[in-house]
Formats: sequence, C-alpha cells, structure tokens
Amino acid sequence: MEQLIQQLINGLALGSIYALIALGYTMIYGIIQLINFAHGDIFMVGAFVGYAGMTTLRLNFFASLALAIITCLLLGVLIERVAYKPLRKQTRLAVLITAIGMSFLLEYTMMYFVGPDPRAYPALPDFMRATIKITDNIVITGAQILILAVSITLMIALQLIVRYTRIGKAMRAVSQDPDAARLQGINVDTTISFTFAIGSALAGAAGVLVGVYYNSINPLMGILPGLKAFVAAVLGGIGIIPGALLGGFLIGGVETLVAGYGFSSWKDAVVFAILILILILKPSGLLGKNVKEKV
Amino acid sequence: MSTGEGASLITAPPKPVRNPLPRPAVLGITAAILLVVWGLGWLLISVGVLDAYVMSTLTTICINIILAVSLNLIVGFTGQLSLGHAGFMAIGAYTCALITMPFSSAFPDIEIVGFILGLIGGGLAAGVVGVAIGVPTLRLKGDYLAIATLGLAQIIMVVLQNLEITNGAAGLSGIPSYVDWNWLFLLTAGTILLVSNLLGSAQGRDIVAVREDEIAASAVGVNTTRVKILAFTVGGIFAGIAGGLYASSFYVIQPQQFSFMLSINILVIVVLGGLGSLTGSVLGAIVLGLVSTFLQSYPEIQMILYSLILVLLMLFRPQGLLGNREFSVRALGRILPIRTKKESKA
Repeated sequence: MEQLIQQLINGLALGSIYALIALGYTMIYGIIQLINFAHGDIFMVGAFVGYAGMTTLRLNFFASLALAIITCLLLGVLIERVAYKPLRKQTRLAVLITAIGMSFLLEYTMMYFVGPDPRAYPALPDFMRATIKITDNIVITGAQILILAVSITLMIALQLIVRYTRIGKAMRAVSQDPDAARLQGINVDTTISFTFAIGSALAGAAGVLVGVYYNSINPLMGILPGLKAFVAAVLGGIGIIPGALLGGFLIGGVETLVAGYGFSSWKDAVVFAILILILILKPSGLLGKNVKEKV
Repeated sequence: MSTGEGASLITAPPKPVRNPLPRPAVLGITAAILLVVWGLGWLLISVGVLDAYVMSTLTTICINIILAVSLNLIVGFTGQLSLGHAGFMAIGAYTCALITMPFSSAFPDIEIVGFILGLIGGGLAAGVVGVAIGVPTLRLKGDYLAIATLGLAQIIMVVLQNLEITNGAAGLSGIPSYVDWNWLFLLTAGTILLVSNLLGSAQGRDIVAVREDEIAASAVGVNTTRVKILAFTVGGIFAGIAGGLYASSFYVIQPQQFSFMLSINILVIVVLGGLGSLTGSVLGAIVLGLVSTFLQSYPEIQMILYSLILVLLMLFRPQGLLGNREFSVRALGRILPIRTKKESKA
C-alpha cells in the first residue's frame, strides 16, 4: 500500500510534466489540426537553455526557467511562421511531414552543437533536495513539489488566458471555425502564432523541470516524452485543455506504476498500447464528443 | 484551412498515354532493360568497380528501393500516412534471421533453401502483422492513423527488446549471408514490377480512388477498408522481405535499428522522389543513398541535411522530384517507331 502511494506521488510529478507538454500539443492541434512533431524538441531546447542559464550564465533556477520559457516561446513562433504558415493552404499531410522535418532539424542541429552525449544538470539548490517524510516509505522530494507547483501555476494561468482574455476568446473562435472567426474581424494568423507561443512556452518550462527531475539531458530526449505527451493529449481528447491534464496525469501514473512493479522495460509498450486502444475504442478521447463526418 | 483529409499532394491524375506501345513490344523492352541492368551489375563486379564497399552501398540502396516502393504504395497511392514502416521491416528481418540461422546449421548442404524460406517467412509474417494491425486501425483517418502506426512500430520494437528468442537489446548476430547481386536484383526488380502491376490493375484504380476521395470512392462501391488493408498487407510483405534482405546482408540486427528514425528515413525517400511515383521512389533511394555515402563520416550533418530536404521540399516543391510522373515503357511509343495494326487501347 505504501509503495502504491509512493508510486502515485512519483506518477503525479511525471504526469504533470507530460500534461505541460500535452497542453501545447492539444492547443496547436485544436487550432490548426496539426500534430506538431517538433513540440517534443522544443521541450528539449527548453531543457538545454535552462542548462545553459544555470551553468554558463550562472543564473538561479527561476531566472533560468524564465529564460527557457522566453526562448522556447520565440522559437515556437519562429517555426510556425517559417515552416507552417506558408503551408496553410496545403494538405495536412504536407504540414505533418514538415513538422517531422522540423523535429529532426532541431534534434540534429542541437546535437551538432552540443554533441550526442547526455549532460548532467547542475546541482540543485538545497530547498529542492529537501525531502518530506510522511511515513518511512513515503517520501516527497522538494523537486517533486516544485514541479507540481510550477505546472499547476502555469496551467491555471493558461486556463485564465483562454477563458477570460480577448486573445483567449479569439483562440477558441479560431479553433471552432477559422473562416467564421476571420469574418468576425479576428486576426487568425496572430491568434495561431499566439497559440504556438503559449504551447511552446509550456514545453520549455517542462524541459527545465525534466532536467531538474531526471538530472540528465541530451539532444534526443524530446522524442519519447513528446510522443507520450501526444498519447496523453489523445487519451484525454485532443483539442480539449482539461483532457490534456487528465491524460497527462493518467499516462504519468500508469508509466510509473508499470515501472515501479518491475516491468520497466515494457513501460513504453504499455503507453503505446493505451494509445492504440483509445484510438480504436474512442478516438475522440475520454472527454471528447463524437463528431459526425461531413461530406 | 486545408480541406483534404488524405494525401493528395498530387493535383492532377495522370493523363492517358498517347500512342502506347503494343503489348509484345512492352514486354520485350521491359525484359531487355532488366537484362541490361542485371548484366551491367555483373560486368561492373567482374571488372572490380563494385568492390565490397560500393557493394554495401548498392545493397543499402536496393533495400531502400524496396522499402520506399512499398511505403509509396501505402502513403503515395492509397493516401494513408504510415509512420511505422520500420516495424514491418523489423518483423521481416527477425523472422528471416530466426529461420536461416538454425536452418543453416541443421542442413548445411541446402542452406540457401533456408534463406528462401526465411525471406518468404519474413514477408508473410510482416503481411500477417499488417492484416492484424490493419483491421482495427484502418478505420482511423489521417493523423490518427499516422500516430497509431507509429505507436505500433514502437510496440514492436519494445517487444523485440524484451523477448528471449530475439536476444533482447543485444539483437541477433552471425546471420548467414547469402545476398549477392542476383538476389538484390531479383527482389528489387520483382518488387517494382509487382507493385506497378498491382497499381495498373482494377485493384490499383480502387487504391488511387481511395486516395483521391475516400467518401466518393465508397459511394461508387469501392470497399475502402478492404482496399486499405490490401495496401497495408502488400506494403508490409515487401517491407518484410526488405527486412530479410537486410538481416542477411549485414549479419547483425538489433531492435534499435528499426526505430522511428528509420521509418522517417524511408518516408523522406518517398517524399523526395514524389508521392505517387514509383520511379520517384527508385530515384529518391539512389540519390539519398549516394548522399549518405558521401556524408558517412558526419552522421549529424547527414540528419540535418535529411530534415532540411524534408522541410524545404514541402515548402517549395511538395510534389517531390518527379511528382506523380512515371517512367513507363508503354509511353515510349511516343518516341519509338514501333506500331502494330491493332492499336491496343488497354
């Protein structure tokens, strides 16, 4: 029982990281129906910028986090403007292939500059290494609390932006019907760029948090978490913001439980099996509604 | 916003051939071309131009041609984006290796039979998996299908990493090698001919109809699910055979070799050559094979170049090098003075 609770706590920390990445996937899919394969790599860039902030620039944790968020925000907008915007009228396959290309471009450009070897994140400040013992076998680390706190803060901020600001309203309108939104005087391109900015900023934050949590980063670290976060977004219902949260926590929990009970090498297969099952049983996701096909 | 669900990067359907060559001439010229290519290969080997190093590049190119042609059938002609082609290849490679290795030690006199059985087994196993995963997942459309195939390929990789019989992450080594130019030529040419004949048949027109408009196709009576499963199965079989060829050519196979990266590499070849052009896939495999040989010592630059090619192609020439144009012997009638009284209309 105690082990289960401990695993669930670990799963919550991992799940909130997945949720942060999944939010970006789900918002971008919601607004231009694109699986942004480069999203996982923006997360990777975030981890490296945070690393550079803490080592080369000698910034503290929160300043590095902010630096990573801003860099990824700009990178996300840049990628959208350069690679996706010119293809707005093209088929979805063309944009999807471009996204895959961008993903590999980010990975291997980063590898060219920093080398393929993993790097250890700098030593954490004391408050993150502190642990809280609830019982002998249930321990919460400072890093876990920090991850949860940062994730929840960012998610609440996102929810406030989407619900209560003008640009949030525009985002919701464009995701429902871009042409109708344009007719209402909404600048669709700006709104799409803004969505990429927010999604990429969240991914950048997740990158730094993963660096802190796992203490190891490398140029290809974005592939698997990116794919799993996408699974989380599909599981919750793609395009639905609370769905990404739910999916992220579920995937994080399942993965930690599978690994915790001795099937560590199978955990990726379990996550993808969940993906296949959900796609077959309820492609619109746990929180999604079924949409009829129109001719 | 884009409206197309599927893969129509191709705008116009191919025009009917003017002055097609009569059928006997087509067969004759095709056979002649094949013979010349095959003979040229042996000639170059006998004069020593194709040494072991060049031969390994040629092997890679041939395997990539088979993979690209079979993936093009799925993505370019049927319009179903598959990101899991490496999974089929992995199944073919492991099946072939697991058949040839015990066979060659049990029956050393007729070990080539083991290789033939291995290739057949690899192709069949991949085809069976294609049907097994195709039936549930092919109801999915576009992006969802892409992500499902990606997930399945990941699962296949994890299973191979964990099974006893596949020797886990270390993989299988010491796979007996039987691949020479005859095998490479036979399988590569065979794949191209079979797939292009399939596409020329009534089934082939169903396949292209599904790509052009799935709803319209099903409205005129095309069983779209059956067509998609057909494409996935045939594509899977040939990818499996390519896997068997790979296993027997390079002695060692590891699960990690059949990762998402490999699926993308094959997709790059198909997109570079042109979605919906078999000639393009052959050309794309040759071009990228040569490029990667020159960049062999700089793997990072190679991948940067690959990804740049992919992005720039989509931005500036989404139809690839050849679009959906094909090299066709029948169309040679426009330039060759061969005629029969009976103008065939086929």
